[in-house]
Amino acid sequence: MSDLRDLYQEVIFDHNRHPRNFGPFPEANRHADGFNPLCGDRLTLHLRVEGGVIREARFEGAGCAISTASASLMTEALKGKTEAEAAVLFEGFHHMVMGEPVTVDLGKLSVLAGVSEFPARVKCASLAWHTLNAALKNESNPVSTE
Amino acid sequence: MFDVHAMRRQFPILAREVHGRPLVYLDNAATTQKPRAVIDAERHYYEFQNANIHRGVHALSQEATDAFEGARDKVRNFLKAPQREEIIFTRGATEAINLVAHSWGRANLKSGDEILISEMEHHANIVPWQLLCEATGAVLKVIPIDERGALVPGAFESLLGPRTRLVGITQVSNALGTVNPVADIIRKSHAAGALVLVDGAQAVAHLPVDVKALDCDFYVFSGHKLYGPTGIGVLYGKREHLEKMPPYQGGGDMIAQVTFKKTTYNELPYKFEAGTPHIAGAVGLGAAIDFVQSVGLETIAAHEDALLVQATRLASGFEGLQVIGTAPGKASILSFVMKGVHPHDIGTILDSEGVAIRTGHHCAMPVMDHYHLPATARASFALYNTPDEVDALFRALRRVEELFLK
Ligand SMILES: Cc1ncc(COP(=O)(O)O)c(C=O)c1O
Repeated sequence: MSDLRDLYQEVIFDHNRHPRNFGPFPEANRHADGFNPLCGDRLTLHLRVEGGVIREARFEGAGCAISTASASLMTEALKGKTEAEAAVLFEGFHHMVMGEPVTVDLGKLSVLAGVSEFPARVKCASLAWHTLNAALKNESNPVSTE
Repeated sequence: MFDVHAMRRQFPILAREVHGRPLVYLDNAATTQKPRAVIDAERHYYEFQNANIHRGVHALSQEATDAFEGARDKVRNFLKAPQREEIIFTRGATEAINLVAHSWGRANLKSGDEILISEMEHHANIVPWQLLCEATGAVLKVIPIDERGALVPGAFESLLGPRTRLVGITQVSNALGTVNPVADIIRKSHAAGALVLVDGAQAVAHLPVDVKALDCDFYVFSGHKLYGPTGIGVLYGKREHLEKMPPYQGGGDMIAQVTFKKTTYNELPYKFEAGTPHIAGAVGLGAAIDFVQSVGLETIAAHEDALLVQATRLASGFEGLQVIGTAPGKASILSFVMKGVHPHDIGTILDSEGVAIRTGHHCAMPVMDHYHLPATARASFALYNTPDEVDALFRALRRVEELFLK
């Protein structure tokens, strides 16, 4: 196994302890619930999308350090992105956690690259992103990582 | 005198390393490791006896049949079942419960009848009854648990009523370790005219079982939690019930005579064993039973209890660690949560130290809901675990603390 420190970077601990953009968001106009039946993690994502641009992203829920940090980092990365740009980030993030070559600049999200060495934890990192996908499509059923 | 180190040498897998560290396997409630005797029995079967059973005239078929039916006798003896016809081989505890729910349930339940289970059941002892209730209009009732993870005193008695047709109860909870008073439950259920199915999946490796003394109507378990192979399990049912129950699946082996006009069914136990069974698995299970009986369940229980006492003591001195499941009678399971660390993160960090535990909802989501937890971490002990391994678990938990909380 690779070093635990590759997985649990300081930035991840920081976002786990102090998640950014955490809490309810009544002004949101898109929502989705995500569920990881494997570990019981649940998260709700709220977005405010105006003219195809994500103005604001917030989340609520309880999860492990990886899923909480991933959701927190994602909400930061999404602000000001168009839906198309968000889709590109989603693709890039997915490639990164699967250990595949990444062609887009993921910025701070790349602290989660270590997840690819821990196959059991890939779903934790991707939960927020699958939920984002559902929110953008405005699917009403909760998405599941299974 | 029980020599745990000699015992460990009988389990080849325990010699391996994980991530460069000696394996500390504490996920025994999920499945146990297999002793050499079980691995050899399966190998011997495939290398010397493999054939289909109950139908060949040739020597191998007879030997395979003898091996398979010999395993049934071992199970009968292990459970102290009165008759060998009362032992049905299944894929596991799950299939055994589904068999009863489907066969007995659909033939006997009507709208308004009640099935009573407990809040601490494994999904395998919840969902088949829900399906049955959906199909028949019967109602599922649930005995609640208290903060310790024991059945709420008196709750069973007040839920048991004239409409209760069957009580499904786990003997040992896989999520909490609670040992339930099944003998008492069976006595009271019978007095109320209800049958009882005991889920013994977590019990058979830790407590001696006597289905005759218990007087339960059905008893189920899986081979793989008893040092045996996966894919093989057992339904014990009282003959009087099994005789009256319709077949569960149709196919070869379960029939007496087939014509397109009418098919008659084979006698017990074959009526419930459609198709070619997991012969090697049954043979392996027989070997696992021999193995467990040669050690003795009293010896095994005493050894595991000492480990559980040690682990519970270390847990109580660990700030921020909370044990989930503190019922007065427990077997072999320490479920816990740590303040500020999600169980999934605990599991990953322990794994990097070679310590294998289970994290998640343990297929008992209602138990998690009861404690308002998404998940717990669970260490579960077997006859080959050592006090040093319990210490290794807590050393690894200190590492979790260091990483997360410092
Ligand atoms: C209490 C209990 N019942 C039933 C089962 C189901 O066993 P299997 O998956 O082997 O059918 C388990 C397995 O975890 C269990 O712990």
